[in-house]
Amino acid sequence: MKTLFLRLGVLPFFLAIALVVFSLLSSKFLTGQNLVNVARQSVYLVLVSIGQMLVLVSGGFDLSVGTAIALTSVVSALTMVWASGMIDAVWLVILIGIAAGGLTALMVGLINGVGIAYFEVSPFIMTLGVSSVGAGLALFLTGGIPISGMPFAFGDTFGFGRWFGVPVPVLIALVCIVVMWVVMSRTPLGTQIYAVGGNIKAAHLSAINTKRTLVLSYVMCSLIASLTGLLLTARVESGEANLGGTMALESIAACVIAGVSLRGGIGRVQNVVLGAFFIVMVQNGMNLARVSSYMQMVLLGGLLILAVIFDQMRYRMIMRGQ
Amino acid sequence: MTWAGRPGASLPFERMPMTPPLLTTQKLTKTYPGVRALDGVDFDLIAGEVHVLFGENGAGKSTLISMLAGANQPSEGAIFLDGAKLTFENVAQAKAHGVYTVFQEFSLIPTLTVAENMFLGQEPRKGFLIDHRDMRKRAQAIFDELGFPISPTAQVSTLSRAQQQMLEISKAFHGDLRVLILDEPTASLTDREVDHLFEFIAQQKENGVGIIYISHRMQEFARIADRVTVLRDGAKIGTVPMEGTDEAQLVEMMTGRSIAEIYPQINTEPNGVVLEVKGLATPGVAPSDLQLRRGEILGIAGLVGCGKSRFFRALMGLEAVTTGQVILNGQDITHLPTRAIMRAGMYYLSPDRKHEGLDLPKSANDNLALNVVTSGDHVKFGRVDWRAVRDQVSKIANRVELPDAYRTRLVSQLSGGNQQKVLFGKAFGQDAEVYIFDEPTVGVDMGTRAALYLKIKALAEAGKAVVIISSDLPEAINLSHRLLVFANGHVSAELDRAEASEDAVLKHFFAESEPVL
Repeated sequence: MKTLFLRLGVLPFFLAIALVVFSLLSSKFLTGQNLVNVARQSVYLVLVSIGQMLVLVSGGFDLSVGTAIALTSVVSALTMVWASGMIDAVWLVILIGIAAGGLTALMVGLINGVGIAYFEVSPFIMTLGVSSVGAGLALFLTGGIPISGMPFAFGDTFGFGRWFGVPVPVLIALVCIVVMWVVMSRTPLGTQIYAVGGNIKAAHLSAINTKRTLVLSYVMCSLIASLTGLLLTARVESGEANLGGTMALESIAACVIAGVSLRGGIGRVQNVVLGAFFIVMVQNGMNLARVSSYMQMVLLGGLLILAVIFDQMRYRMIMRGQ
Repeated sequence: MTWAGRPGASLPFERMPMTPPLLTTQKLTKTYPGVRALDGVDFDLIAGEVHVLFGENGAGKSTLISMLAGANQPSEGAIFLDGAKLTFENVAQAKAHGVYTVFQEFSLIPTLTVAENMFLGQEPRKGFLIDHRDMRKRAQAIFDELGFPISPTAQVSTLSRAQQQMLEISKAFHGDLRVLILDEPTASLTDREVDHLFEFIAQQKENGVGIIYISHRMQEFARIADRVTVLRDGAKIGTVPMEGTDEAQLVEMMTGRSIAEIYPQINTEPNGVVLEVKGLATPGVAPSDLQLRRGEILGIAGLVGCGKSRFFRALMGLEAVTTGQVILNGQDITHLPTRAIMRAGMYYLSPDRKHEGLDLPKSANDNLALNVVTSGDHVKFGRVDWRAVRDQVSKIANRVELPDAYRTRLVSQLSGGNQQKVLFGKAFGQDAEVYIFDEPTVGVDMGTRAALYLKIKALAEAGKAVVIISSDLPEAINLSHRLLVFANGHVSAELDRAEASEDAVLKHFFAESEPVL
């Protein structure tokens, strides 16, 4: 029990409790159909959480993931609408839209990373500030009105399409998970991110370019959030400035529950995937059990705090070397 | 008199440029706002020699090696390797030239494995992926060669301090090594491990590696050193061959005064038990007893991490007390919160003045006033009598000899020595029976040290009981009536002043007992 807690954190315990409680509360919960549903719904949070994990492991956090999603959504939608007025080739239009969204997120990540690594602004203030700037820009660009009129192929493919019978968003998420797993556990960059979060001074003295590593983790986080933004835009078939509003809290919660340390240096991709899945499952279970959405916010916040308390205990036990 | 001026002191080596030096520095200088940390130092290292850097804390040793290591850049002067002028912008560039530094402050990542730490920044690869198996194999090979019992797959946070030290040293032994800089490498190694290290150093010498070795342990110099360079207050005092130089000469060069001038004679007759500790235990320290009398100074020695500090922090309520009792003047103060323990008459001076001791962005006066106000002496009807507080603060500042000009200055801008005076002053803000000084002179120059020792002497003469926890062995030995040695979380020895020689104490540092969890 204790070794399980030390190796994986609270997640296995939370998962077991949730499964038991929700199966008791609703007979529909533990059906194959519902679990497939949860898997599909969890794609977006899984993606954002993996990005968030990068930043947490590097010793910071990113409150602006929601903004990266909203900005991507608005910019890519506006670009596609604008481009389809001039270009006939549908896929070229979509490509230009995706590129525009990606570039915007790249900017968000760069600003975060440079501010934190080079100007030494605390990650809290930097990403909070950027998230306000970005949200304001997204609303300014749209006037608060959803952007419609994108090529239908965009939504048909990335929102509702299937390849080999598997929903496209799920496929994209799977590819992303595998790539990030390889990056974090098998490449020098991954080790460097762990090292910077584990002890930044020591990493510096081990000849690691700590500033570049920090910038890269914020950029990667932002780009993954941007990818999520594109998938969500395709799903709702419009560019919206209020997409991803709860993503920052939910992704941090997913990571912490999955044993990613808020002090940096600790966290595994596969656990984070499970953590995000767990959060979506809890939301799904509460929906089935007819818990009101207001009450769901209360419970989610409580869950996050509880997870952090367990994280503290675990960190102390690990550092004492038991 | 400076040693550089003594004829013959450094002559033999000035006449030996048959082998051109491997590494030289010319007028190397490092200034920080208001401080000259290193002042025009000329230094040279010959291939295949062990060159010891010797000096007090703050003498400039660390500054010098940080620039050779590439962690810091000189303000003036230059570094030459093989006669070519070089600038190291960062650690990576120094490493690329074969200059490798084992820092005293470990550069290990606690959350990574041993092998990952060893190859951090230069991982063996297969394509663009890390070859973990090769990495483990190469790490194991290095450990086998060095005879260090460490598993490459262990997480660093689970290693003991000695093991971490070994890992830190092992990191140097791959790649093309030209200059090896070791900063206090033996500080937490056992005798056997030190022997291993010295064998390896000898081997590297034969390979033509130049070794810069920093240590306070003078008994090591005779075993490995070829030359010794002494620094004081950022300046080079001189370079002497180890052969024909004895310890007393080195100490005099280092401090500019003889030992007798530094440590005052303390001739109080301890009487009447003031503090009694019965079987006190805390995680990491086994149940231990302690009796302290009025007018007594008790020295506490041991390696970093041996539990000497933890034990007294537990006594102050700063660590969890698992079992045992603390009785001060007949009053049971176990399990009380720290503020109540302080009110009962205990004072603890933290070893970490930057994080625990001082409020850095405030003035020295404000820092001193805090303890005066919380003592409650000058609070009437809930109102603080600031005039009385100011008077008291200025009395305290006089008592610790803090120069007037520094009293209104921000503590963060003061030198280490003056910061420590402020920290001592805080201890005098309230009247205590027992003073526990944890590393009372860490990073403090000799002049200030001698002044602080006189304050400690005055406390003992006023009938206070004083505990001095110190990693500086001469300090713990020379000031105290009695010395307790901690090892592995146990009290491994109690020695009185007559028995406590450096050799006798060191023997008890590595008591063969199980570590306490």
